[in-house]
Amino acid sequence: MKHMKHLIKPYLIWSLIIVVIPMVLVMLYSVTTAGNSLVNIQFTLDNFKKLGNSIYVKVFTRSLSIGGITTGICLLIGYPIAYIISRKKETVQGILILLVTIPMWINMLLRTYALMNIISETGFINTLLISLGFDKIEIMYTDVAVVLGLVIDLLPFMILPIHTILNKMDKSYVEAAYDLGANKFTTFKKIIFKMSLPGVVNGVIMVFILSISSFVIPKMLGGGQYVLIGNIIEEQFITQGNWNLGSAISMILIVLMLIVIRVMNKLDKDE
Amino acid sequence: MKKSKSIFSNLYIILVFAIMYAPILISMVFSFNSARSLAKFEGFSLKWYQELLADRDIISAVTVSLTIAVIATAVATVLGTITAIGLSKNRKIVKEWLLTINNVPIMNPDIVTAIGLMILFSSMKIERGYFTMLLAHIAFCTPYVITSVYPKVKNLDPNLANAAMDLGATPFTALTKVIVPLIKPGIVAGILLSFTMSIDDFVISYFVSGSGVKNISYYIYTSRTRQTPKINALSTVVIVVIVAIILLINVVPLIKNRKKKEN
Repeated sequence: MKHMKHLIKPYLIWSLIIVVIPMVLVMLYSVTTAGNSLVNIQFTLDNFKKLGNSIYVKVFTRSLSIGGITTGICLLIGYPIAYIISRKKETVQGILILLVTIPMWINMLLRTYALMNIISETGFINTLLISLGFDKIEIMYTDVAVVLGLVIDLLPFMILPIHTILNKMDKSYVEAAYDLGANKFTTFKKIIFKMSLPGVVNGVIMVFILSISSFVIPKMLGGGQYVLIGNIIEEQFITQGNWNLGSAISMILIVLMLIVIRVMNKLDKDE
Repeated sequence: MKKSKSIFSNLYIILVFAIMYAPILISMVFSFNSARSLAKFEGFSLKWYQELLADRDIISAVTVSLTIAVIATAVATVLGTITAIGLSKNRKIVKEWLLTINNVPIMNPDIVTAIGLMILFSSMKIERGYFTMLLAHIAFCTPYVITSVYPKVKNLDPNLANAAMDLGATPFTALTKVIVPLIKPGIVAGILLSFTMSIDDFVISYFVSGSGVKNISYYIYTSRTRQTPKINALSTVVIVVIVAIILLINVVPLIKNRKKKEN
């Protein structure tokens, strides 16, 4: 069956054109001046210098802090969920994990739109509050709305990797710890949490990357002027038309992704 | 003591699931509202579903989403499957390289894939529209097929195809009658994954299609400021279809297993 190895050729060519070349183009755009004729290409570091501009620095710190807060909340909510699920019977675990996954399959736009219905100024929550005689709360178009949207959207990405690790974990370590006189808290801290760390790292990285690169949720729930990294990339490509600057901003995300792949490979090998 | 703890943990799970599902469920309920309000339920009615069917823009968005998903999945499945089969016959270094390239669209933030493709299409002077959206969907769906099919191919006995050809099968029949049936579960998983990924996509479609062609996500994005129960009706239809597919994937193997056990 030697000739079967040629079966990869179509995809080899296809992936070269549609996966590799676009990445190279983004890198090329990030270090060249505007205008993309290959004949008189001019290299420059101006695009990256512009990133030092206070407007962009503000966007980056804001993205990082929104991403950090979202990741922290997802971990705080998600870890106990993963832990509780991993202690259930196998069939119950299957059902609960399915319930965690279903929202991931539902179009993110639809879910965010649904959330808008609920928290908007005249939405479900406020109507309910008023009819019960309370004051209405203003969540829509604030940081709270953005973080809420991101947490609801990204929680499964935190729960699933942690659950996978906890489920695989050899329960005899826990028993051994009890036998050796450790109390519940010490056992959790020194054994369970430590052993589940690869899952935690995996979840934290996924949630963090997805939250800082998202632009739909900040735009829909944060209002028009709300800007994170994803929003300024969109702005440069769709409205401003400065693709070179947009590419330079994207390079930040690409570098982050490369670091993530390295960390994950390392974790895989350590296992 | 133990009992009270498990009640507490069950309550916690229920609470978190409620927060995750409430927005979707409430917005589904209001798709049946007889009034325009998304906050006060006035009475049951199917009028928003009627309006949905009468809305040309929505029907065209649904058509775009469905045709793109079907064509992209078909191409991705064939391309991904033959690649996975070929991959197992190649040297280790080729395998590793191709699998690394294959991981790029899966790991990359959508927005990076999207602008990469946008620059590619514009440098190749291909006008953005339905065709570019289709190419982009094939591009991000194929890796999912490869990652679902390749593990199945790896576990196959390498002598199977040779045996078939010794018995007189042509390479093509050996492929279609021997190998493909054996890796079918992987192919089916790849098809479902690629179909849902395609239906689900917003970011990549948004960047590569220009404003001429809209899929469902794009339509919702552009009409986000005027919320009406009509869009809730659209969501309800899409969600019911997707959830039905997921349940089918998860429940059918269970029933099959049970039948096997009974036999």
